[in-house]
Amino acid sequence: MENFEPVIVAFCCHYCAYTAADMAGSQRLPYPPNVKIVQIPCSGKIDALHIVTAFEKGADGVYVAGCLEGDCHFKNGNTRAARRIEFVKKYLEEIGIESERLEMVNVSAGMGHRFAQVATEITDKIRKLGPSPIRTALAQ
Amino acid sequence: MKTESKLEKILAAGHLAVTSECGPPRGAKFDEVVTKSKYLEGIVDAVNVTDNQTAMVRMSSLAASVIIKQQGLNPLFQVTCRDRNRLAMQADIIGAYAFGIDTMLCLSGDHTKFGDHPMAMNVHDIDSIQMIQMVKDMRDKGIFQGGAEIKGAPKMFIGAAANPFADPFELRVMRLAKKIAAGADFIQTQCIFNVDKFEKWMEGVRAKGLHKKCYILAGVTPCKSLGAARYMANRVPGMDVPKEIVDRMASVPKEKQAEEGVTICVETIERLKKIEGVAGFHIMAIEWEEKVEEICKRAGLLPRPQV
Amino acid sequence: MITAERKPLEELIEYIKPFKRILLLGCNECVTVCAAGGRKEVGLLASGLQMAMLKTGNNIEIRQHTLERQCDPEYVEELVPMIDSADAVMSMACGCGVQQIAMRFKDKPVFPAVNTTFMGASERQGVWAERCQGCGNCLLGITGGICPIARCAKQLMNGPCGGSTGGRCEISEDVDCAWQLIWDRLKALGLQDRYLDIVPAKDWRTGGGSGPRKIIREDLAE
Repeated sequence: MENFEPVIVAFCCHYCAYTAADMAGSQRLPYPPNVKIVQIPCSGKIDALHIVTAFEKGADGVYVAGCLEGDCHFKNGNTRAARRIEFVKKYLEEIGIESERLEMVNVSAGMGHRFAQVATEITDKIRKLGPSPIRTALAQ
Repeated sequence: MKTESKLEKILAAGHLAVTSECGPPRGAKFDEVVTKSKYLEGIVDAVNVTDNQTAMVRMSSLAASVIIKQQGLNPLFQVTCRDRNRLAMQADIIGAYAFGIDTMLCLSGDHTKFGDHPMAMNVHDIDSIQMIQMVKDMRDKGIFQGGAEIKGAPKMFIGAAANPFADPFELRVMRLAKKIAAGADFIQTQCIFNVDKFEKWMEGVRAKGLHKKCYILAGVTPCKSLGAARYMANRVPGMDVPKEIVDRMASVPKEKQAEEGVTICVETIERLKKIEGVAGFHIMAIEWEEKVEEICKRAGLLPRPQV
Repeated sequence: MITAERKPLEELIEYIKPFKRILLLGCNECVTVCAAGGRKEVGLLASGLQMAMLKTGNNIEIRQHTLERQCDPEYVEELVPMIDSADAVMSMACGCGVQQIAMRFKDKPVFPAVNTTFMGASERQGVWAERCQGCGNCLLGITGGICPIARCAKQLMNGPCGGSTGGRCEISEDVDCAWQLIWDRLKALGLQDRYLDIVPAKDWRTGGGSGPRKIIREDLAE
């Protein structure tokens, strides 16, 4: 697995992280191409099934990016998302997938730099963890 | 007289009654029951025999009551609603009476959660008030709870518990009234450390004339140590141990704490004696039966009257 | 509603290990409302089982289907066209639903995916609490609308016991003392005197004491 390049799915809130990704782009801030962005209307819209399905299809890491604490466009979608992430982390452990492969992060719309930084950090972390056991099993 | 119970005779004669308790052993140890009961011989009028107290399995209260009866003492057979349905309760009550056990206490029982079998099912087919009704009907009407006639009805002197310190306080006198209406002949209260609160409860009891309808035995417990006082103050549901008591226990050196505990207990009895409606004392010296004699002596409760 | 909770994945995997093709069933009624066995949970479990099995080198086929009401034979009939292509059925419905499947498809192994827990109500989003034990002879009319059978840890019909402290049950700070609630309600309704009526020993025949219960409505039954 020397040339392992992780596949990372980032579910990004339309009101913050998705815009931040745009900003990173327009500011020419580099971030790893491993990160596949899926736009969602609010991080609170994330469903356990979306996350689990991403892993089932072979993702090595998943993160959900919502607004900064207290700044949710829909009041508390991001805090609900955080609780849901904790729930899914436990489920992943039950399945036999390391829960570190899933993360919740908070980014505001103006934080293009932070978006790129988070994408890089998570990609590095997952690269160190290696391919997800599901991806490995799928390849066999 | 409703029964042949020694306790009833003592109370009916107007004497201050004294009861104490004996927790059966957690094993088939006949001699241990005998040893414990010997400490109480001639000291108390009846010996409560607890029924899987704190929801820990022990020798059955019926078996231990029989042993105590055979030693010439008067067992006060405790029955909880936690472990038996009404069939088993009635069977045990008849069995107890066949051995000459004529005094009993009807209890809900501590929840299994607190004991060594938290995985067990709680029975609670009937509650303690319904048990009182059942035992009264067995005695006075000679019928089983199901309605059939009993040939050889058990004549039990019926006791119940009351906790003046639990919440809601305003219900505590009313619940006592319910127990008396159901047929309770006597009451043993939760351990009293907060005499002021007990006095307040007794005011309510007297206002309804309940002290004239049944005998109220005030419960007392000697603290063995500061740790025991703290444990009762903080850990036992429905116990009210005021800070002054804990502080007083803390104010004496460790080796003198047991003595202080006994002194507090004796002082409590002296204060309770002055409260109108208190018909006697229930001294719960948990795993400390040997101290009951000293407490009774110092509280002027010895010798026991002969009736 | 009837509440349920998913069983640990480990237990479910043990059940389905010997089989290749699983029909995973949900129910659109109670278990959907309590987020234990509706369409969404079926999807989540299918995905989880699929991955867990894949990890052990077993490729299984899971077909998902959620019935309108699994405790009703009419809806169970829907499964006829798909049952033959399954080696076993796993149901996320309550125990009633699981048994309907077992009764209808006699030669098909059926496994429960949830533990049916209690009859309860929603206290707030994501929190359900026991409210009824189906004793068959409702006492709520005399207890101020609070059930001592389902909500008192000792099922006291003439409570409260001596362990009630500050409105809480002696078994846990998180459990309300049912009798404190009953008393508060009786007071609010001006029915304090009712407390003094002794509730007689209950006839448990209606509560399962005389064996499995059945309701037959002559006007409706065929």
